[in-house]
Amino acid sequence: MKLEISQVVQGCRLGALTGLGKTAQHSLETPGCLLYTRCGSVPHLTQDTLHTLTSLPAVTQLTLATLAEHQEVLEEFKEGARKFAGLHDTVVYCSLHDPAAPNPPGYITNKTVSVWGSGGRIELTVARYMALQAAIQPDWYQSMADGETGQENTSRKRVRKAVDRTLSHLDECLVLHQKMQELKEVEIFGVVEGGDVREERLRSARETAKRPVTGFVLDGFQSGVMGADLRSQLIAATTAELPQDKPRLLQGVGRPDEVLDCVEAGVDLFESFFPYQATERGCALCFDFNIEPDPERAGTRTPTVLNSDKEEIITGELLRENGDGSGDAPGKMTCFEKDLRDKRYREDFRPLVLGCSCYCCRNHQRAYVHHLLVTNELLAGVLLMLHNTAHYLSFFQALRRALAQDRLPDLKKQVLQCHQGQ
Amino acid sequence: MAAPCRTDAIFETVVEEIETNEMCSKKAASLAPLVLHMVAECPVTKARVCDLTLPHCTVNTPVFMPVGTQGTLKGITVDQLEELNCQICLGNTYHLGMRPGPELIDKANGLHGFMNWKRNLLTDSGGFQMVSLVELSEVTEEGVKFRSPYDGKEILLTPEQSIAIQNSLGSDIMMQLDDVVSSTVTGPRVEEAMHRSIRWLDRSIAANKNPDRQNLFAIIQGGLNSQLRKACLEEMTKRDVPGFAIGGLSGGEEKDDFWKMVTLSTDHLPRCKPRYLMGVGYAVDLVVCVALGCDMFDCVFPTRTARFGSALVPWGSLQLKTKQFAKDFQPIDQECQCATCRRHTRAYLHALLKCDTAGMHHITVHNISYQLTLMRSVRESIIEKRFPEFVKSFMKRMFPTSDQYPRWAVEALASVNITLD
Repeated sequence: MKLEISQVVQGCRLGALTGLGKTAQHSLETPGCLLYTRCGSVPHLTQDTLHTLTSLPAVTQLTLATLAEHQEVLEEFKEGARKFAGLHDTVVYCSLHDPAAPNPPGYITNKTVSVWGSGGRIELTVARYMALQAAIQPDWYQSMADGETGQENTSRKRVRKAVDRTLSHLDECLVLHQKMQELKEVEIFGVVEGGDVREERLRSARETAKRPVTGFVLDGFQSGVMGADLRSQLIAATTAELPQDKPRLLQGVGRPDEVLDCVEAGVDLFESFFPYQATERGCALCFDFNIEPDPERAGTRTPTVLNSDKEEIITGELLRENGDGSGDAPGKMTCFEKDLRDKRYREDFRPLVLGCSCYCCRNHQRAYVHHLLVTNELLAGVLLMLHNTAHYLSFFQALRRALAQDRLPDLKKQVLQCHQGQ
Repeated sequence: MAAPCRTDAIFETVVEEIETNEMCSKKAASLAPLVLHMVAECPVTKARVCDLTLPHCTVNTPVFMPVGTQGTLKGITVDQLEELNCQICLGNTYHLGMRPGPELIDKANGLHGFMNWKRNLLTDSGGFQMVSLVELSEVTEEGVKFRSPYDGKEILLTPEQSIAIQNSLGSDIMMQLDDVVSSTVTGPRVEEAMHRSIRWLDRSIAANKNPDRQNLFAIIQGGLNSQLRKACLEEMTKRDVPGFAIGGLSGGEEKDDFWKMVTLSTDHLPRCKPRYLMGVGYAVDLVVCVALGCDMFDCVFPTRTARFGSALVPWGSLQLKTKQFAKDFQPIDQECQCATCRRHTRAYLHALLKCDTAGMHHITVHNISYQLTLMRSVRESIIEKRFPEFVKSFMKRMFPTSDQYPRWAVEALASVNITLD
């Protein structure tokens, strides 16, 4: 895996991760996101429906949280989770937690972390953690980490302990990694902890960077645990300690405004659980990231939300109902989406987002998705997941394009316009 | 984007012109947008293969029609349904009439436009759901009275209203409102319902605003009483309708009674019009009732059971949620060509069912594929004049030993000259 940075604009790193996967033929543009899955499937989607989407990320994220309970099965299967889940041609990254599922605090010990499967809590030692990775056989995975620093009133002492434990887990993981035949040529990312304590963040970053890791996972910055400004400062301070030529993956941050902040602070990779969360709320992502007109691109199809019709007023109303969206719990509706359950879409025969070329918008109307939602039909989840994923991937494309054209301020203005007028 | 149906290629080569085809077309209801072209008849049983041409495309019968109750087939996209080569599916008038309502569907260019389905749709009358789902329902000569489960208001569904809603839905085949009595009820109520269904048929025919675009099928009633069935058949076949359904069965009656009513009905239905056996979808029932001369079937079973993790296979079904499949790395059915079987193992589906709705979708795709493939095999065997052999090997595969064959199926098949070993 190699990170090639082509341009740094206001702290944003435009580039590409190349040489991914066992055959080293895949690449992923940065800033970019990984494809979110649960138990190896993009939620609600079969391979048929998923592949109606074009330009899917080359990297799929699996989570131990949704796979740990199948350890025995995977060990007997022997060919890894990619093949088990029928994923075939994709690079696989395996994280510890599911970013869209709550992770109850209070279960971490010196030697273990816990995940929750369908049958309850599963406690993982480093040995078991590594045995699981050997069974899953990802192309790349994060080391075991104590990320429990997001509680209110977390003491400095607890934060320091999290950093210490995570470093010691990393060392143990590295030792086992060398010994395991299944993990030959597999890459490992070290996890940077430190909560909201600057010195601990810096210590964690420096110490992790000393280890032979391919990249870094920034943990403990999930939406809601700290203010946006503090987070940006801490991430910028942390990334300054990390080698420039290694990728940084930020966990638990998915909202478009937060993504933009964090890209400016030096983050390369994100997870894509945000479209899934919007889907589960019955919402369609509709934020505008179109910074045209640009004569070179005139006439091409780019998703856009028309401001000339009633929509703008509608969005304004929505905002008042839903607050400013900052610091929301992950489950709450944001100003980047519209609630298709709302009665106003009952007779709205437009696509979810005008100009969007996803399967849902090419084939269906708001009124139909509204109907599917109010009747609790399974197809609602399918169609929303398709649209939301397409919209989110397009947002990252627009972000990279804006960086390449040095138009980040324009993009920010466009994306953040839903925050205005409050 | 046009989406023409793929019809069975084999038909084009093996078709034997049947002299009565000419007559069939003429006999079909004068204006109706339906042509039934007889492709082959089994020389042994009453089974037949037809090309049923409807406004949106041609349907190869015998056909199983998946049920998309609320304008969607449980988690499956219309593209997936086309990919499965489904040529016709169902919508339920009761559900769609309640939500989103006929006015809205009208504005969306009918149910086809609303759900963006390019092929054929059949809608029921709404009567069955009213009787089966709604507690407070009362049948009068005027119609079925019931209380809306959504707002508690009392609503009267008349034959005219049912047709009006179905006209708004724009289905290719509409069903008359019938007076449905549970098939386990006996006595004068059954006779009353039969006669009322005939009167309601006449009202339904008169109410159809689109006889040139939408077919209206009659529904034969008469419970499990041969005399009543015959009387109903005699009256209804006098009407100029493009097709007939056999109703009032598949509601918990004894299978012995069920098949006898089916075969009695097909004996008296005109050869030139399609015969739709309502609510039948188990594989054995399908194969037997094709032998008895039925052309069309529908049932929620294959899609409903999929959502409970049950996958249909030629030897029965697999309960994929059970532990025995946790480490079973074979596809559901080695021979199945569906998207699910080409990619996924039983073990993965077992794991996924615990975690995400996609697990259900995979099995739904497989089960629809199973049903449609079964009917395709049935059609091919009829065309190739080996339907009796097909039935025998189908039964052998489905049941481990012949003493497990259901008695009713053995007797029904014997009645059309198939003797199971």
